[in-house]
Amino acid sequence: MNPIRKQRLLLIALLVAGIAAAVGMMLFALSENINHYFSPTQMATGEAPVAQRVRGGGLVVMNSLQRDANSLLVRFEITDGKSTVPVEYEGILPDLFQEGSGVVAMGQLTADGRFVASEVLAKHDENYMPPEVQYAIDTAHNPNAAATDSANNDSQQSTVKE
Amino acid sequence: MIAELGLIALIVTLCFSLLLSVVPMVGSYTGQKSLMAQACYLAVGIFAFTFLAYGVLIYGFISDDFSIRYVANNSNSLLPIQYKISAAWAGHEGSLLLWLFVLNSWMAAVALKSRQLPEVMAARILSVLGMVSTGFALFTLLTSNPFTRILPFPPTDGADLNPLLQDFGLILHPPMLYMGYVGFAVVFAFAIAALLGGDLESNWARWARPWTTVAWAFLTIGIALGSWWAYYELGWGGWWFWDPVENASLMPWLVGTALIHSLAITEKRGLFKNWTILLAIFTFSLSLLGTFLVRSGVLTSVHAFASSPERGIFILGYLALVIGGSLTLFSIKAPNLRSRAFFDIVSRETLLLVNNVLLTTAAATVLIGTLFPLILESLNMGMVSVGSPYFNALFVPLSLLLMLTLGFGVLLNWKQGSAKWLWQQTCWIGLLSLIGGFALSLYDSNGFVLSKALGLTLALWIVFTLLKDIWNRTANAGAQHGILAGLRQRKASFYGMHLAHLGLAVTLIGVAVSNYHSIQRDVRMAPNETVTLGNYAFRFDGVRQEVGPNYLSDYGSLTMYHNNRQVKVLHPEKRMHLNQGNPMTEVAIDPGLWRDVYIALGESLDDQGSWAIRLYVKPMVRWIWLGSILMALGGLLAVSDRRYRVYKKNSNNTEVP
Repeated sequence: MNPIRKQRLLLIALLVAGIAAAVGMMLFALSENINHYFSPTQMATGEAPVAQRVRGGGLVVMNSLQRDANSLLVRFEITDGKSTVPVEYEGILPDLFQEGSGVVAMGQLTADGRFVASEVLAKHDENYMPPEVQYAIDTAHNPNAAATDSANNDSQQSTVKE
Repeated sequence: MIAELGLIALIVTLCFSLLLSVVPMVGSYTGQKSLMAQACYLAVGIFAFTFLAYGVLIYGFISDDFSIRYVANNSNSLLPIQYKISAAWAGHEGSLLLWLFVLNSWMAAVALKSRQLPEVMAARILSVLGMVSTGFALFTLLTSNPFTRILPFPPTDGADLNPLLQDFGLILHPPMLYMGYVGFAVVFAFAIAALLGGDLESNWARWARPWTTVAWAFLTIGIALGSWWAYYELGWGGWWFWDPVENASLMPWLVGTALIHSLAITEKRGLFKNWTILLAIFTFSLSLLGTFLVRSGVLTSVHAFASSPERGIFILGYLALVIGGSLTLFSIKAPNLRSRAFFDIVSRETLLLVNNVLLTTAAATVLIGTLFPLILESLNMGMVSVGSPYFNALFVPLSLLLMLTLGFGVLLNWKQGSAKWLWQQTCWIGLLSLIGGFALSLYDSNGFVLSKALGLTLALWIVFTLLKDIWNRTANAGAQHGILAGLRQRKASFYGMHLAHLGLAVTLIGVAVSNYHSIQRDVRMAPNETVTLGNYAFRFDGVRQEVGPNYLSDYGSLTMYHNNRQVKVLHPEKRMHLNQGNPMTEVAIDPGLWRDVYIALGESLDDQGSWAIRLYVKPMVRWIWLGSILMALGGLLAVSDRRYRVYKKNSNNTEVP
């Protein structure tokens, strides 16, 4: 083999090995760090796994917010219109957290059905509805039509208020 | 009437762009000089009309013309004047117009400089830019016309600008980011023109390089500004969230960085022509993908303003056309672009190749992490999110590996080197960096963290190797004519490169130290209560009501003590904007080169005046952005190199002015 070809072969071999390693790592990291979303109904019916890091979300039930007197612990409930799940969170709630608005949280479901959140996300736009929450509400109300019009915010919000 | 003038200017822009994409291109094949010569005039004309359209939009904002829907949605008569101007690019329609305006500014710049290029090349480059401009002008007109009126009953006042965007950082962030994003269109046009011509002229890389580097420098600043803004405006204290929108700007940056380095090889050694062309196509495609992700509203993200599906479909089609078209062209023409030159396995070429592989792999990991949730969702496989642990797990080792190779690559010469020489050069430096990095991490009350030690080691490694390289390359001349003469002998591009790499080391130090040394506490504080954080203590002096120009404020006061001495009083705020019923956190920061003290007001907890308060001490966090500034300055310094200005004489130019 001439030196150029030998060198090229070596480079290609290195490249392939590197890419293979990268893809392997990527898939592993991906499988470890995906957070699935579960709706309040899925949590209430036991479809969601217990003690695993998942995302949950829904509309915050009106007048459900309770604060602990001595710490930053808060309790509230989220709903998709069908089921309601109690949520616990210790920390500072985001600016746009509001009763009646959509919220998404990361956390774990306990065996007795509470959702213990480690992170609460609310978006920086008052008209914004998290797509997961929209989807959950749609599914709870009409399982067939769920996927079709999740983009249409206004009509869905009014459905929930009814 | 003035808004209609803007619309007409936009339509003229579209027509001129269409002409530009056809006329000079045809001329370049038929050899008609008169047709090719139109490219410059058309490009300048397009710029003038886009400028006019943008001017009209800004005028609409300044004059509170709420009959324009976009103005009514994004402004308000009470809005301070600087935000009225920046509101012109705060929303969807306006930011697309900004995209077009920036593209056409780049186009005009290329046109003005095009006399330095061969005629056919210049005509084709401008023509390709004309095609890009046609697409975006069409997109703006068809789906996102910023001049749409609300008639016959315009609102008496506007809905106001999102309070988050009423901020200095957001005045500058989008124009800087777009200068970078869109600036990559120039190197893309260079690549397509070269493919059409069938071969890379020997000077091609030298022509394309400064454009790419300037765009890259703008993108660097744009990303840093966005990160800085997120840090002080969102109130979470973080500087990078792996938010899809952040990723959208990071991907073209990563591939663009690879492109800068592969352009260096192509310029200096005539190697990797195919690869460079491919990277140019990828970089611009990722810029377009970023635009698609942000502007189509497919993402769950802070930045996804309200959008409609036809926009997404249009950009997706456009994206498919650009990527598909250029890759097809590439597959037809690329086999002609042979480069035969030998280089040793231990050489700068090899190290730059490794750099390229690492950077593109990093971009690929970000791409997959960003698109994965979208793909699963569109296949109806459930809704997932990819958390930042995924990105950190891949991005951190790749970056550290990249920094390691950087030191070797900087020291090595082109073409050939010897492993033995490299070992002699680096063994002491390596040892010194290792000792330094670990020693700095041991001196630490929080305990030893390996990744921080590695980060610091590599930052030192970069600094030491670049000093060593400067020494190596100036010592000879320095010994004869004095050190200063030796230093002066090296070119601007040499120092530009080192400055940019120094910037990387500075950023790395900022990341390593601030990530592992920040102290954060979210606490409940009653008035006059004191909380201690490391050497700092904070006394909560309560919250009072204040009135701002267009908001009401809960104005907090905390007295800060350092080692029991009173330092200053900080005022975090919670603002309620009058026109949008949203509370907004306005953090109080005591900035410093060595540490930031960061206080955010959470929420009122009871009737006794207790508040939830977020307290942070973040050491050296500013170094992250300082390093980015150095990187951008390094890029600009490299571009100022004389060889990019005198190339006119060297190239066999047919058209002598």
